[in-house]
Amino acid sequence: MMYPDSFKMTTPSDREIQVTRVFDAPRELVFEAFTKPELVKRWLLGPPGWSMPVCDIDLRVGGAYRYLWQNDSDGREMGLNGIFREIVRPKLLVATENPTWHASEALDTTTFVEEGDGTRMTITVLYESIQVRDAALKSGMDRGMAMSYDRLEAMMFSNLAA
Amino acid sequence: MELTGYGVASPAHLDATFAALADPTRRAILARLASGEASVAELAEPFAMSQPAVSKHLKVLQSAGLIIRDRAAQRRPSRLDARPLAEACQWLAEYRQFWESSFQQLDALLDELKTKKKKGKKRKHKKH
Repeated sequence: MMYPDSFKMTTPSDREIQVTRVFDAPRELVFEAFTKPELVKRWLLGPPGWSMPVCDIDLRVGGAYRYLWQNDSDGREMGLNGIFREIVRPKLLVATENPTWHASEALDTTTFVEEGDGTRMTITVLYESIQVRDAALKSGMDRGMAMSYDRLEAMMFSNLAA
Repeated sequence: MELTGYGVASPAHLDATFAALADPTRRAILARLASGEASVAELAEPFAMSQPAVSKHLKVLQSAGLIIRDRAAQRRPSRLDARPLAEACQWLAEYRQFWESSFQQLDALLDELKTKKKKGKKRKHKKH
């Protein structure tokens, strides 16, 4: 059994984005899939058309990780680097996140909690900058906001149609 | 962590868009402008705000490229420019897509790993 519907993207505070998902596997296995390079490079690929030629993970506090993605058709590259701050196997990972395309740093907290026969994984990304924070908060992932994503889209299209 | 969107929209541009959208009054002004252009006086009225206060918000929206102000006309009406919003929406949609696609691949990988572990256990049992 798989749980694609358990996917949720929310904003628990005004500087955070949170992504959560339940996986049909024991916690140790999910933790491995997040921390062993030979496994990570098989799934952390995003939409079709991208591969992950570099995936280095030095899993210890103070150790670094380095991800590099490449677009298979045009060769475009995107990288993500960071340092592990806290590791509690198989429950918790805290690491910094520095994208190579943007001079910003975020702190990622990833938790693995047993849920039924599966494991709920939750990544919370804490952004340092108000701008990136607002990317999440104000543009519509939270349905309760005055201006929701739908509203933005409606605005966009009404303007394009005008 | 989203991939293609960062390559398309400039991050500085996105920063300005989202910073401009961070204020509820500015979002309300944009929503108002979505239904047609308006002057500072027309915008100030429903918000019970002074015209200078509205002008300040308009400046932020203008420098983020979210509105265009007609300098030629006496009343200097503002109108919405939705292009930066389209970029912002795409950024979020792609961030979401990145994770959803990745997790589906992780589902398949975990399934494979579980099967391997089960087989491994069975083999051990046979030996004993």
